[in-house]
Amino acid sequence: MADCFHCGQPVPAGSPYQVVVAGVLRPLCCAGCQAVAETILEGGLEAFYRRRTAPAPPPPERVQAALLEEADALEDLAVPCADGSLAVELAVPGLHCAACAWLVERRLAAEQGVVEASANLGARRVRVRWDPGRTGLGAVLRALAQVGYAAVPARAAEEERALARESRDLLTRLGVAGIGMMQAGLAALGGYLAPPGGVGAPWEGLLRLAGLAVATPVVGFAAAPFFRNAWRGLRAGRAGMDLPVALAIALAYVASLHATLTGRGETYFDSLAMFTFFLLLGRFLELRLRHRNAREAEGLSSLLPATALRLGPDGCSERVPVARLSPGERVLVPGGAVIPCDGRILCGASEVVEAVLTGEERPAVRRPGDLVRAGTLNGPNPLEVEVAATGGRTRLAQVLDLAARAAAERPPLALLADRLAGRFVVAVLLAAAGVFAAWWLVEPERALWVALSVLVVSCPCALSLATPAALAVATGGLRRRGFLVRRGHVLEALAGVQRLLIDKTGTLTLGRMAIAEVRPAAGVSEERLLAVAAALERGVDHPIARAFEGVAAAAEPVDGRRVLPGRGIEAVLGGEWVACGAASWVEERFGHRFALPDGDGTWLVVASAASPLGAVRLRDRLRPGAAAAVAELSAQGIAVELVSGDRPEAVAALAARLGIRRAAGGLRPEDKLQRLEDCLARGERVLAVGDGINDLPLLARAPVSVAVGAAADLTRLTADAVLLAEDLRGLSRAVAQARATRRVIRQNLSWALLYNGLALPAAALGLVPPWAAALGMSASSLLVVANALRLANPVEREAVRWKVSTC
Amino acid sequence: MESLYLLIPLSLLLVGLALAFWVWAVRSGQYDDLDREGARILEDEEEADRG
Repeated sequence: MADCFHCGQPVPAGSPYQVVVAGVLRPLCCAGCQAVAETILEGGLEAFYRRRTAPAPPPPERVQAALLEEADALEDLAVPCADGSLAVELAVPGLHCAACAWLVERRLAAEQGVVEASANLGARRVRVRWDPGRTGLGAVLRALAQVGYAAVPARAAEEERALARESRDLLTRLGVAGIGMMQAGLAALGGYLAPPGGVGAPWEGLLRLAGLAVATPVVGFAAAPFFRNAWRGLRAGRAGMDLPVALAIALAYVASLHATLTGRGETYFDSLAMFTFFLLLGRFLELRLRHRNAREAEGLSSLLPATALRLGPDGCSERVPVARLSPGERVLVPGGAVIPCDGRILCGASEVVEAVLTGEERPAVRRPGDLVRAGTLNGPNPLEVEVAATGGRTRLAQVLDLAARAAAERPPLALLADRLAGRFVVAVLLAAAGVFAAWWLVEPERALWVALSVLVVSCPCALSLATPAALAVATGGLRRRGFLVRRGHVLEALAGVQRLLIDKTGTLTLGRMAIAEVRPAAGVSEERLLAVAAALERGVDHPIARAFEGVAAAAEPVDGRRVLPGRGIEAVLGGEWVACGAASWVEERFGHRFALPDGDGTWLVVASAASPLGAVRLRDRLRPGAAAAVAELSAQGIAVELVSGDRPEAVAALAARLGIRRAAGGLRPEDKLQRLEDCLARGERVLAVGDGINDLPLLARAPVSVAVGAAADLTRLTADAVLLAEDLRGLSRAVAQARATRRVIRQNLSWALLYNGLALPAAALGLVPPWAAALGMSASSLLVVANALRLANPVEREAVRWKVSTC
Repeated sequence: MESLYLLIPLSLLLVGLALAFWVWAVRSGQYDDLDREGARILEDEEEADRG
């Protein structure tokens, strides 16, 4: 099967869509791609196809249709400029490659009334300025849609400017260090190439002065952050990672300066400039990684539509900014649109893709009464939704907020590495001083340089960098797959878990009843039994009643229905009294006796006054992936134990079904807590998993806890992590990821320690010249960061696929 | 060799100019988008073709 020439998706057999590009007939997958391709060719922009390095995003026709309508409501986001034009920053998620940026700029430049358009590929943004007398935002968005890009006005311009400022600042320093490094190298070359005895006093002095001149801005400007950090650390009483760095640079500079002025001794302006350059290079790469993460989070929130269709009491819809919606109002979400707020479906059934929150790409069916979340993508059908929360109170905003807060918390392992690095720094300083003293006695003229080599080569940057880099990468990957880490110690603790205490209702199960078994009485059909029960339960707001949704109810009219809490429902159905409820109550009511086996689930009996109709066994529906998750966790060597407040027989039956060997039912919360304390007293590392409502004490006490079941308010949960995805396998995957992370951290720490252990004695013996020390230290740091990035690879690919599929 | 008395200060002047140029280029936002600039050379060529 051919791939679509425009978007790269498979072309359905017999597709009539095609286009001639540069004299060759190319297949296309759909009318949308054809329209986009033709627009591109007509605009003389076919170079796009020659130059692109990846397929274009599929045209966003449906999402875009809703957006175009809101363009006028969005116009007030534009900022007026000095010459009377309006400017706006657009987030364009489909901006993949340089050719996309070119195409977007070219198309907008051709638009009447657009004064300026510039695309930033790294930030996936386009800045557009237009003359409000001649065109509008609607026309701009339409022009982008014609060439196949969905765009939304971007917010948080202030944050973006802060990121740009930070990046520019570091880049300036990096450039100064780089230019300085090369020039200092040239100036030093004269001395290195000179015949034994040197180039002669005046020339050598001149070259040294030149080296001093270029090294001074490197030390004074480019290396300033190291001095600042080291000073800050010293004032706080800590020996930070930047202390030996700052000390080495300062000492090398002062000693070289002294040598230059007095004409005696060695200068190492080139080595110190190179050291500064490589350190800054490492910082710059780390900064780019950090900014990419920040922009990704920001990109998620910019997925939210800025306006919504509000339904008035008369049923007419009106487009208003989302910020003006209030809880209780009704909004209409068109098919294919992003849902603007959290809310409950009043009317309509559709499939919703919740990948943004749960990482689950398969659409989930949502019916009236179900919750939908802001930022998720509505499927084919329109939905009428009652607004529950907007803006900062939506689930999406909470997830982003918690993720940001967790990222700010230093996990214990990182703290340990920091403490270790701190002690290491002190040790290095002492070692350098000792080496200096020793060499001073043996060969005084080399003492300072050997000591500097020791200082540089054993700087514990790798030690300090290794753990946070690995943790940040792993945490980000888990969040994208619906596992939200709230506290810093989670990954570390998960990796070592030996026992899992898991709750039943709402955790292993969904807390939603489903029909498990039907036992009609003699002479009654299964359909009839269910139809009578469904007729009685219809419209009743109870978990049991919801099990009968989707069952065809009996056609006879229902009169005089009475709901008796804890017992059942009775009504007149087709002229006869019928009842549906607990066996003991029905027996009392009509005198029919039922003999029912015990086991997992609840029996509901149905009877008319004249005769019994049968019984239905209701069982809590299993969470998807529950059995697989239990199997995977057991395979990971974790003892899975079921602790539940439910009836012991039901708990035992469920445990047998899932292959859980140890299960206890009928436990009160304090019993569960006692069980946890027993395990802890035996020194076991325990993970507690519950639904976050019934198990608060357990989750709060356990060394590491995960809340499952996303209904609760995230901000009030006490658990250390939240599984947002419905599939329980997220749990075993998180354990696997935690173990991979632990492995990488151990590799990194061993490498850092091994490297320092070898390099330090070598440097102390004077075998490592300063330039080699600078290279070795930088290479060691880059190696541990690269190793940490390995953790991201499969997840990163997934994230990219998700982006392609939604834009 | 005496030419070094002129050439070395001259080279320092050039370094100074290069640094100033670098600072100006970064401050004016030319390096804000590092993912794209590598491909821009192709675009200018294209424009010349059409012009």
